[in-house]
Amino acid sequence: MDRQIISSTPHVRSKDTVQSVMRDVVIALCPAAFMGIYHYGAHALLLMAVSIATAMFSEWAYEKALQKPSTLSDCSAIITGLLLAMNLPPAAPLWMAAVGSVFAIVMVKMLFGGLGQNFMNPALAGRAFLLASYPVEMTSWTSASPFGLDAVSTATPLASLKQGVLPDATMLDLLTGNIGGCLGETCAIALLIGAAYLLYKKVITWRIPAFYIGTVFILTAILGRTGESGTLHVPLYEILSGGLLLGAFFMATDYASSPMTPLGQIIYAIGCGLLTTLIRLYGSYPEGVSYSILIMNLCVPLLDRYTAPRIFGARKKEKGAKA
Amino acid sequence: MAKKRNIIKNGIFTENPTFVQVIGMCPTLATTTSAVNGIGMGLSTAVVLVCSNCFISLLRKVIPDKVRIPCFIVVIATFVTIVQFLLQAFFSELNQSLGLYIPLIVVNCIILGRAEAFASKNSVLDSICDGIGNGLGFTLALTCIGLIREFLGSGTLFGMTVLPEMFPKTLLFIMAPGAFFTLGTLMAALHYLQAKKAEHTKKGGKEA
Repeated sequence: MDRQIISSTPHVRSKDTVQSVMRDVVIALCPAAFMGIYHYGAHALLLMAVSIATAMFSEWAYEKALQKPSTLSDCSAIITGLLLAMNLPPAAPLWMAAVGSVFAIVMVKMLFGGLGQNFMNPALAGRAFLLASYPVEMTSWTSASPFGLDAVSTATPLASLKQGVLPDATMLDLLTGNIGGCLGETCAIALLIGAAYLLYKKVITWRIPAFYIGTVFILTAILGRTGESGTLHVPLYEILSGGLLLGAFFMATDYASSPMTPLGQIIYAIGCGLLTTLIRLYGSYPEGVSYSILIMNLCVPLLDRYTAPRIFGARKKEKGAKA
Repeated sequence: MAKKRNIIKNGIFTENPTFVQVIGMCPTLATTTSAVNGIGMGLSTAVVLVCSNCFISLLRKVIPDKVRIPCFIVVIATFVTIVQFLLQAFFSELNQSLGLYIPLIVVNCIILGRAEAFASKNSVLDSICDGIGNGLGFTLALTCIGLIREFLGSGTLFGMTVLPEMFPKTLLFIMAPGAFFTLGTLMAALHYLQAKKAEHTKKGGKEA
């Protein structure tokens, strides 16, 4: 007699594991990380190394201290560390990367139950923590130069736009990353290559990034900016500058802190785009990607609840129907 | 005497107003930017709490049940006014940094809560002990939060510089989010310790 194996559904599984997904994200971040190192030199590499090492260590130490099984092998701490470093200014001191990583992992991720339970993107929350705590260090930018040799302090393109001045950086500079900004956000081409890889591997879907970037594009085209030198009305420029590409492809799409339903994802992405544009054009900060994603992260449980699809076979409740 | 000691201990530890009952959150979060502010706020509240507990307990048979809350408020407001005048006269600086939160003691949930839950039902001496316990518990909690926030946020303890100038100051801790983080972390740590203690005594009991 044949042996029968009885198991509960599902019987057909995809080959994806948390590990393989996380590995794909790390691979996709590599081009942008490399360009960061190329533009800002060895200090950028050190920042990334410190940030990743601290993130992994704090996850390990937290689980050790509370006698929980180690989840280090799912690689998510590597991504949090890497993303946090990519969100830091190139001249940030090393201890800041470490403090931010500890905060991101312990406060935002582990205390809420670890991977999948965090209601916010840990790397972005770490960045917000650092920005509120050390405003001077977090907003001093240095210019890009090959391997960070003669770097001088500079204004980011968005900061210039905020002051109503046309930035020096051309569209080509934005594409190659030859501008001031956070480590991993400057080189648009590298970010797009990584994003293409993630889309090809089906790690992320097109919905969130497309609606996010699209909303920013359309809104800046309609609202526009005016400064001393006339209108600064270039929607494409706005999209390529700042952390929008990094945020839209790599951080707004975080599984744990983005909606599950397609409609929810669209509302979430449009909300991110709306908030980003409003903060950029009318807020007191030059850039609003991180705050807008964090704010929309908080709306995710609500979005998931109200956009839940009807269960197959279930009928809409008729108005006035008796139970 | 053992009962009185128990009432005081209850207020400070097992039923700590801040960490266990989680009441009086408004002054807890708003005034603990430094240890001195924490102690000032805690002690002012404690004085009002002891006095109002004593008087409400004395009057508990006179106050009609239907209008008890307004009566409590009148008693409490009297003592808050006295405390505020004293602060203005002798601790003008502290009074300025606590600002509006001193008059707001009138509507502090701890004081009204103890009046309603304890003083209106118990003898005068017990009520005074309850006021002392809860007041000290509140002061202790506020001072702890204030110490941590002041140390991390401005590198000082009771106004004295303890961290060298080069050491970075985490500004977040003297802002509002820092209050929530500190309170939450302390609360979690206390609950963890208590759960561990409970487990320990349970085990010990079984073995014996």
